[in-house]
Amino acid sequence: MPEMHIRVRLFASYAEAAGADEMTVALPAGATAADCLAAVRAAPWAGRVPPAPALAVNRRYAKGDVVLRDGDEVAVIPPVAGG
Amino acid sequence: MGAWLTDGAIDVAGLLAAVAADGNGGTVVFLGTVRRSAEDGDVEAIEYSAYREMAEPELERIVAEALAQWPGARIVLRHRLGVVPTGEASLVIAASAPHRADAYAASRFVIEETKRRAPIWKKERLASGRARWVEGRPAGGER
Repeated sequence: MPEMHIRVRLFASYAEAAGADEMTVALPAGATAADCLAAVRAAPWAGRVPPAPALAVNRRYAKGDVVLRDGDEVAVIPPVAGG
Repeated sequence: MGAWLTDGAIDVAGLLAAVAADGNGGTVVFLGTVRRSAEDGDVEAIEYSAYREMAEPELERIVAEALAQWPGARIVLRHRLGVVPTGEASLVIAASAPHRADAYAASRFVIEETKRRAPIWKKERLASGRARWVEGRPAGGER
């Protein structure tokens, strides 16, 4: 099955925990944003990422069932505190 | 950097001028400022960070939604990023409308949606020298 490469963006306390503000995740074709999240949460630093954080795909909020395409950008959005 | 985020002090007079219109009889300016008191000590500054490439269009969408809801309104918003000292504005919204009720309502809508949806985070720098991430709310959550 062809592999997709997804650019994952991390922010705030998640980026601090990861020691990086982005990572690349390889997923099989047909994978969803939730699959990508599962791959992120499998990382050793990811204990503070909750089971269902807000996600964005290509810079818009998205639900976990969105099917990804090669080269998509997925962001794991920590609780927001703007204003 | 686009129109909605800035790394420096916010020019309130410039925003007021941007929403001035002969047909608009009410103008509301909202400033969100960094306050000193926090749960665990005095705050000297807050460091704001953002998912800039998403925050810009998200703020633009929020303002577009307000303009659709309150016809005739003019609305501008600036959010400051980086280190903002106590007492300085981290966010300014200027909203004008033909009548004051709509100006207040549009301003309120924009600040509430910004706090709910903008991918922006803050870290408090305390007088003790410690720094801590401020626990926000789940993005896009309940109003």
